[in-house]
Amino acid sequence: MLRTIKILYHQGKQFIPDLRKANVPGIFRGRPEISLDKVDSQALADICPTNAITTSPVGIDLGKCTFCGECSRLFPGKIRFTTDYKLAANSRERLFIKEGLRTPVSLDPDLIRKDIQRMFRGSLKLRQVSAAGDNSCELELNACGNVNFDMGRFGIEFVASPRHADGIVITGPVSANMAEPLQITYDATPSPKIIILAGTDAISGGIFEGSPALNRKFIEENHIDLYVPGNPVHPLTFINGVMDLLGI
Amino acid sequence: MSFITINNQQSVPLSSIPEMTYDLFFDSNITLIENHEERHCVLYFAFRETGNIRLICCIADDLQHNILVSSSLVSSDAVLNSMAARNLSFEKFEREIHENFDIGFVGHPWLKPVRYAENRADKTKTIPDYPFFGIESEELHEVGVGPVHAGIIESGHFRFVCNGEQILHLEIQLGYQHRGVEQLFLEKKKLIQRTTLAESIAGDSVIGHTTAFASLWESLSGMSADYEMQYSRTIAQELERIAIHTGDLSAICTDVAYQLGSSVFGRLRTPVINFFQEWCGNRLAKGLIRTGYNPYPFNKALADRLIAVLDAFEPDFVEMNSELSRLPSSLSRFERTGTMKYDQLLSIGTVGMSARMNALNRDIRLSHPYGIYPDLNHVPVMKHHGDVYSRVQIRKEEVIQSVSYIRQLLKKIPDAGAAQEIPANLKPDSFAISLTEGWRGEICHAAVTGKNGELVIYKVKDPSFHNWLALALAVRNNEISDFPVCNKSFDLSYCGHDL
Ligand code: SF4
Repeated sequence: MLRTIKILYHQGKQFIPDLRKANVPGIFRGRPEISLDKVDSQALADICPTNAITTSPVGIDLGKCTFCGECSRLFPGKIRFTTDYKLAANSRERLFIKEGLRTPVSLDPDLIRKDIQRMFRGSLKLRQVSAAGDNSCELELNACGNVNFDMGRFGIEFVASPRHADGIVITGPVSANMAEPLQITYDATPSPKIIILAGTDAISGGIFEGSPALNRKFIEENHIDLYVPGNPVHPLTFINGVMDLLGI
Repeated sequence: MSFITINNQQSVPLSSIPEMTYDLFFDSNITLIENHEERHCVLYFAFRETGNIRLICCIADDLQHNILVSSSLVSSDAVLNSMAARNLSFEKFEREIHENFDIGFVGHPWLKPVRYAENRADKTKTIPDYPFFGIESEELHEVGVGPVHAGIIESGHFRFVCNGEQILHLEIQLGYQHRGVEQLFLEKKKLIQRTTLAESIAGDSVIGHTTAFASLWESLSGMSADYEMQYSRTIAQELERIAIHTGDLSAICTDVAYQLGSSVFGRLRTPVINFFQEWCGNRLAKGLIRTGYNPYPFNKALADRLIAVLDAFEPDFVEMNSELSRLPSSLSRFERTGTMKYDQLLSIGTVGMSARMNALNRDIRLSHPYGIYPDLNHVPVMKHHGDVYSRVQIRKEEVIQSVSYIRQLLKKIPDAGAAQEIPANLKPDSFAISLTEGWRGEICHAAVTGKNGELVIYKVKDPSFHNWLALALAVRNNEISDFPVCNKSFDLSYCGHDL
């Protein structure tokens, strides 16, 4: 007993008090800022492993970006990644970062379905489906509930069964072999229910885009309530995105 | 000679690999392995060559520190004698060759699909129709779990045959996470695309896989990573080991309902992965390893930060472990649970920490050292009970060992070298193999190039490829309620297996 108390004492305080304002350490690649500098935009776009960069105007699609950092390494005056981790949005268009703009990424309040905030604001239970995720987003979603990030303080939790869930969180580019289990899990979740895509692979296929081993019909045919970019998603990106969706 | 002897991360002309009839190939490789515990098959694969099928087998010799490569050309409708019938460690490789090329293997104990790859030979076989072993018994029952699991983990299916609460047999069916990785290596032509693919093979082993890829590429390009790059890759590899082992200790505690251990190990992982973010901008180190240059050279400021992180980490880690290993309630769940014997581990070709848990010395850092590992005089951590507790102890001791290696390396920080010119083309008509020791064990990448230096085949083998079978055998005769802690104590990769 004494030893247990000693161990507890040695941990000190680990939780992040304000998940809205926390700073991430070091050189996190969060929301990019693109200057109006004139560059060879085709050369810039050609660097990108996932065709995330558009040329006119120059922009980055955060739904495709794997945050590899190559564009900012080779064109440092043009592209700079800030440590702003608030990257989630509720439409694909809102994930486009255009040159010259420094506005934060945010949700469109008009697109949030009304019953979501009414029913889930105090308690949101989520079922995670790894549809060929590489276990990086899975590790980070697990971290959302650990003693550091503790998103359970807002009533947001992952649960074991779709029957207990209010929605599903998909990671991975959705392999053909996972298409049916994903649909079954979704169908087993009672309505009303939400769909969250966590990570670049889930949003666009990421580096796996175009692979014949994928089947992305589920993503194309269903309404997506929240897109959370990242490779993997940072816990703060995920938690802030869900809080915005719920209006917390 | 019926094989060519090469070293880890070496490339050779394809034509230098001796070609022989299948019968000779069979005899030669079986003779190399049988009664030679120091040798195991690291890779055995096939590819199409002008209407025929080329087989290439790579046997690693851990004492001589080299790899013995041989080859055979067989017709595309060949039916061959199964090497797995003689030596079980070929079991998965033959299944893969059968699945992708429809080559028959006579005498194979279970020639079942491996992952229902997109480019498999027989598309009428689909994943819901997997041929499980059945039981004909009134007393026994089956339990199916997955592919979607209760926790936040990857997808795969487990089918148990149980007598009451006792597991008699477990069959693990994978393939749900198949993304076509090996094919994409050929189709995506930019180096950064291929590097990003390597980073995404298994997102918990970013350093292990990306280092294997980068070293392979450097070898096939006739370049070599400079000392500073090797230095950074080594620190990163040992940090990855610390982070994931610590996270696994947390998950193991969760599975025996020990809340304190679960929380403490969980939070101890955080500063380690946050250090990765300080170093390279990503908590799982995506973006850190590149071919031909180091985008984030290590420096004095980073070293000071890392020393501070480790100084804070180590005493709390040691304290939590000593408490865990004297708690009767956790020990009773760990000891003699999920046990594997030495002979079983050897026979199925187990690698990495899953082999070292019962005296089977498989550690690429010692047996086929690369980069600056020779300078560290690495001594693998070995245990001798093969149970959950052995796997817990290996994790604990390897974390402490990795901390000491990093401290040793931090005493002298090398200067960053200049970026190297990366040749546009790889060496033509060549074969190369690259092994690294990830936290799970041996990671193997291999490639064959064509006459213009283009990639013709790219092979990836995660340690999980062999080790899933070890898990299936380890849980036999255990209570089904012990399955979660057994599973977590191995912590194998689904996507690394499914590719
Ligand atoms: S950081 Fe994103 S936009 Fe830039 S090159 Fe990498 S994937 Fe493309």
